[in-house]
Amino acid sequence: MLDATITLQIDARAVRVSPGVTVAAAIALAGSMVTRRSSADAARAPLCGMGVCYECRVTIDGRAHRLACQTLCAPGMQVRTGGGAP
Amino acid sequence: MNGYDVVVVSAGPAGLAAAHAAAGSGALVAIVDDNPHAGGQIWRGGPQHQSDARAGALWTALQAAPNVTFLPATRVLYAPAPGQLRVQTPSSADTLYYGRLVLATGARERLLPFPGWTLPGVTGAGGLQALAKGGYPVTGKRVVVAGSGPLLLAVAATLNGIGAHVVAIVEQAPLPSLLRFAAGLPVTPSKAMQALRLGAQLKGIDYLHHSHVRSAHGDGVLQSVQVQRGQRREPDILQCDFLACGYGLLPNLELAQALGCAITTQGGSAVVRTDDWQQTSIPGIYCAGEGTGIGGVDLALAEGRIAGLAATGHALHIDAVFEQRRRWKKFATRLARAFALRPELATLAGDDTIVCRCEDVRHGELRTHASWRSAKLQTRCGMGPCQGRVCGGATEVLYGWRPDAVRMPIAPARVETLIV
Repeated sequence: MLDATITLQIDARAVRVSPGVTVAAAIALAGSMVTRRSSADAARAPLCGMGVCYECRVTIDGRAHRLACQTLCAPGMQVRTGGGAP
Repeated sequence: MNGYDVVVVSAGPAGLAAAHAAAGSGALVAIVDDNPHAGGQIWRGGPQHQSDARAGALWTALQAAPNVTFLPATRVLYAPAPGQLRVQTPSSADTLYYGRLVLATGARERLLPFPGWTLPGVTGAGGLQALAKGGYPVTGKRVVVAGSGPLLLAVAATLNGIGAHVVAIVEQAPLPSLLRFAAGLPVTPSKAMQALRLGAQLKGIDYLHHSHVRSAHGDGVLQSVQVQRGQRREPDILQCDFLACGYGLLPNLELAQALGCAITTQGGSAVVRTDDWQQTSIPGIYCAGEGTGIGGVDLALAEGRIAGLAATGHALHIDAVFEQRRRWKKFATRLARAFALRPELATLAGDDTIVCRCEDVRHGELRTHASWRSAKLQTRCGMGPCQGRVCGGATEVLYGWRPDAVRMPIAPARVETLIV
């Protein structure tokens, strides 16, 4: 992406995105769409895309249960998904 | 200053039209929306960036009005007292005070469970469109768009336009229903034009009617779907990276219910009851747009305008808007009839298919229950963070259940938001 101007951290990876991109999209761009693991430990990814289903909830800058689909990427943002190893 | 003459909840077409109509008389107006931009779902990404000129015109007027405040990324949680709304942003909480309230909370998709629907890569139909508009990487990806309704065509056109490869559009409605609906389109020329434009954009993409996705498959991530076509004995197998699947729209009723507004049924689906002036059963609280019944952008604009004028006591001389509302309501009725769900769709889930995604409750655990309440108490179905917004629409189709009263707060809240 040539016009990428925002760098944020998704788990252990630095990701560069254009302004206006959601955290849900940045997570997918980082390699895996997975945002959380279910109560039975299955991988889950965004479903409704509009802040209804809560499948995309992640921890952003230390605050848990933020909806990745309704949050725009900001420089230096620290995102922790539930997708990887604990 | 948190006191307003009129608070409008949600900034889709109905909300923007209501705010615009209310602001015209000089009333202090606030528009609250949980998304980072105004526009709702149909004008997602901001009304100033839409091909529909009405979006930009409304937004420009609202931006220029000194008496209108827009509160983005703000979610309404509950009503501490009449005339008050407790709201939460990503970093703070607040109480808004209103004289009149307009609910324009829009709709969500009805998502139905089938084997494999929890795999990453399976999304709602409008869901993937919304994600893609937020930069979700779909370019070069193979997408099956499935479910029901004209939204599927708009979704396919958007995805196609940003370089996704739309493998097929899978529509559950049978051909005679679709033809009847298409035959009625000339009555609403703007819709006929829209259909033609979409048709042109979608040239070369298979449109499979009387068909539905039976199951999704993949090792950790979606790789293919099985599509049932009519009464054929064997399903088609389509390879894909995404399945965008949604079965029509459901009004978001939670806030109206939490405020005590009466709910009624219209064509078998629950909607907020309103009078000619879009007022709910609670004086001073109005509802416009999808909350009063799924009707699309044109009906939402008409209802929003009526609600905004009525909320500021200017509901005179609006016969022309009444006429628009009447026309688009008829269109909505034809739409609902054409895309009514076939009964087979209630039989796709197997005993081990998850129905409640928040709490991982499976069809086998639910189908023996007699009611939503019984299932909820014994299985935790509907008790996760989405509060039944997804599984409620599914269990209605699968078991005929109607979710009972909403709980406050109507969305997950931080503890500090609740301590006032």
